[in-house]
Amino acid sequence: MDLLNSSIKELTAHLKSGKVSVKEATEAALTRIEKTEPKIKAFIRLHKDEAIKRAEELDKKKEKRGALFGIPIAIKDNMNLKDTETTAGSKILQGYISPYNATVVEKLKNEGAVIIGKTNMDEFAMGSSTENSAFFNTHNPVNTEYVPGGSSGGSAAAVKSNEVIAALGSDTGGSIREPAAFCGVVGLKPTYGRVSRYGLIAFASSLDQIGPFAKNVEDSAIMLNVITGFDNHDETSVQKNKQDFTHLLGKEIKRKKIGIIKEVSNFDIQEEVEDSLQASIDVLKDMGAEVVEISLPHLKYALPTYYIVAPAEASANLSRFDGVRYGLVEEGKNLKETYEKTRTTGFGTEVKRRILIGTFTLSAGYYDAYYLKASRIRRLIEQDFEKAFEKIDALILPTTARTAFKLGEISNPLEMYMNDIFTIPVSLAGLPAISIPYGNDRKGLPIGMQIVGKWFKEDELLQIASALENGGKNEQL
Amino acid sequence: MNSYKPTIGLEIHVQLATKTKIFCNCSTEFGAEPNTNVCPICMGMPGTLPVLNEKVVEYGTKLGLALNMTINKTSTFYRKNYFYPDLPKGYQITQYTIPIASNGFLEVNTTNGKKKIHILRGHIEEDSGKSIHTGDITESQYSYIDFNRSGIPLMEIVTYPDIETAEQAYEFLVLLRKTVRYLGVSNGDMEKGALRCDVNISVSKGKELGTKVEIKNLNSFRSVRRALEFEIKRQVETLEKGGTIIQETRHLDERTGETKPMRVKEELNDYRYFPEPDLPPLVLTDKYIEKIRNTIPELPGNKEERFIKEFGINREYAHELASSEKIADYFENTVQVTGKPKETANYIMVIIMSYLNEKGKKIDQITFKAEHFKELFELIDNGTISKNIAKKVLDDSLRNGKSPKTIVREEGLVQITDTDAIESVINEIIEENPKPVSQFLNGKTQVIGFLVGQIMKKTKGRANPKIVSKKLIEKLNSMK
Repeated sequence: MDLLNSSIKELTAHLKSGKVSVKEATEAALTRIEKTEPKIKAFIRLHKDEAIKRAEELDKKKEKRGALFGIPIAIKDNMNLKDTETTAGSKILQGYISPYNATVVEKLKNEGAVIIGKTNMDEFAMGSSTENSAFFNTHNPVNTEYVPGGSSGGSAAAVKSNEVIAALGSDTGGSIREPAAFCGVVGLKPTYGRVSRYGLIAFASSLDQIGPFAKNVEDSAIMLNVITGFDNHDETSVQKNKQDFTHLLGKEIKRKKIGIIKEVSNFDIQEEVEDSLQASIDVLKDMGAEVVEISLPHLKYALPTYYIVAPAEASANLSRFDGVRYGLVEEGKNLKETYEKTRTTGFGTEVKRRILIGTFTLSAGYYDAYYLKASRIRRLIEQDFEKAFEKIDALILPTTARTAFKLGEISNPLEMYMNDIFTIPVSLAGLPAISIPYGNDRKGLPIGMQIVGKWFKEDELLQIASALENGGKNEQL
Repeated sequence: MNSYKPTIGLEIHVQLATKTKIFCNCSTEFGAEPNTNVCPICMGMPGTLPVLNEKVVEYGTKLGLALNMTINKTSTFYRKNYFYPDLPKGYQITQYTIPIASNGFLEVNTTNGKKKIHILRGHIEEDSGKSIHTGDITESQYSYIDFNRSGIPLMEIVTYPDIETAEQAYEFLVLLRKTVRYLGVSNGDMEKGALRCDVNISVSKGKELGTKVEIKNLNSFRSVRRALEFEIKRQVETLEKGGTIIQETRHLDERTGETKPMRVKEELNDYRYFPEPDLPPLVLTDKYIEKIRNTIPELPGNKEERFIKEFGINREYAHELASSEKIADYFENTVQVTGKPKETANYIMVIIMSYLNEKGKKIDQITFKAEHFKELFELIDNGTISKNIAKKVLDDSLRNGKSPKTIVREEGLVQITDTDAIESVINEIIEENPKPVSQFLNGKTQVIGFLVGQIMKKTKGRANPKIVSKKLIEKLNSMK
């Protein structure tokens, strides 16, 4: 039995029955990692000893409980894990040891997960290829010449290469969905406010949201069950009745109204991706769903809006990295020089670029023209979605216009930003969305389909995603 | 010189007396070991988030209402961005476009009558940590930072530039401090940093305002007054000599009483305010605001007016008695029992207040209560003791805790009303003081006071003074 090729449901069943010990599962993951890591490089840090110790503790437990009992999990390196180094892929945080656990870490632990290590990412989650990591590149397990996407590239690659069963990432403008699409795994960005951000190193606070990477839709739902919930440490997290996100999985989607966006065709989309979109629409129709064309008139403004709002928030969020209390410090002759040297050495090019953009757009005399205007357009985009969702239950569109690119292939930042054109509008509106693998291009690279649900209707979103996942399989058979 | 009119505005930071900080659960205790009341949140550790302390909202609302302000049902938080080592996040969370409270006033009494000082806004925000420099800030090799203060809740009160004299500014601060203490929203201690005041001041002859100077780091109400008095004089003199006022920040040299330009180089700061995405807008319901309004006690200004109207006591006494809620309550409780407001006020002001000042005690630490006052007044009313002796009895009682009756009994202070006994003392005094007696007989009647004094002295003040003067004059006249 290939333990690591199992789903969460399958593996927890084995672990809980005692057929397989947690230690065996953990060691299997570590062995697998040892073999694949030299090629993939998904992890910034492995917590081998801690993981084994944790596995032994779990094995000793009389009651084998928890939705993730014994499951090897990886987390993105922008989530605080107590007593371990947390870098967010940045040099400036080297040496910073987390004094506390992120809320999601506590939740994973409460459900019996074994945290294997911290995954690579674009520095401070700014990027779409994980090439902005201050440490090294991560390779796409499907074809190692290609990027895994980003910024949660390490988590996507770790799941795809069966190094772990599932992983956590964070998504600000597409950082879960895009790497999920590039690597061919399922990536879910919950509704903004669904998952506590406490302990997630902030990039853009009004957009950041933690979500799972998994091998299938059901595992994503199980992971969401674990990490979701109001947190009194995060005022933007939302109080909702507890629900089981798997409850609609497998239910038929007859008469569900699925929207397709008129304006999507204005973008330059790779042919195979368009074919995949068409195929998925056909499958949904076959299952009895009604497909409706809707319009999002402000869609084209999403990218520029995002690149004003997100860097503005980032410029403030990254101010705390000043070399005074933790992480890197490069001492200068005086305070100002210490700040300058620390931040010049500590931050990478893309991070500096965004700090500069954000600082500029918030400056006196520019605020109204940039930040304020962008905030208003963001509201218009949100209203576009609100209007659309009066008529439909979910939306479908490609996660990315193109499949993965080669390492080093894109050096122009604007071209890089284009990878997120279909994920960013959804983020600006705070909507939940999932990327599921749907076919491959001619080079064998995975294509991701994005389904967008109504606010806090992840259960319905997962239901449709699961239907498409199954329908797609049947079709391919 | 008189034609120059000063224009003064105040910015006051009031530390709200919550048990925990504004965005985390750390203690706000003053004087703790450096960096002991800290956690990842108030240290600005990566990934932490602020959660607004409900008590801060309550106190802010209360203070806003007490300063006659409008409470904004929706207010927002902003980030004020600047780099400084004691500002752990690199931004301060504060309120900007819509503060919790807007547009109020306080009316102060000055030597030139009442003055209404308008308040522009009151917003809640977090304090920064405290930098401790080794030596002068400009030459310091390194500095220490204490983050205990980081995240302490503040309410910043900004006045309109309504104030025209140093006295008005001073009285405003005094009344504000009384008010926050009445409400229990701040201890108002300036030396502990619970109240901090910056002033803006300009002078001008016409309607057009002069160049504004800011004076910072004023550490007492007296300093505020001195700084303003000096600064008004300096600005007027400078302009009179044909000079110009430079827009700058100054500080008060406590030694000389002069204001001087700050030595620290000032950079033009662009704080790049933008809405704090980690905190949703603060929304308050009418019901909540009314609930808070109902908890507001009668405030010092109103109380003072009521004391004058209801009890007929003078303004000076009313002002003092109303200055602290505890003293006011003590006064009112006592009056209820004694039914003698003027006398009660008089004894509190003359005897009890000086005793409290001498001992550094608070009114609730004394054993002399309303029932003791009642006993004291009964002793006066039934002629057992004189008003003069009553003062001594009250003072003794404060010091030894015995009841007035016990003191009068133990010390034999019962008033002598027996005319025979008094007459015999009068005779003794007349014999012992032949010179004043002959002066009186020669028409110098003012010596009567001296002779009465001698009699009172001999009787240890126990003789009824009315009977003494009546009998003495009778006796002396009979000698003519």
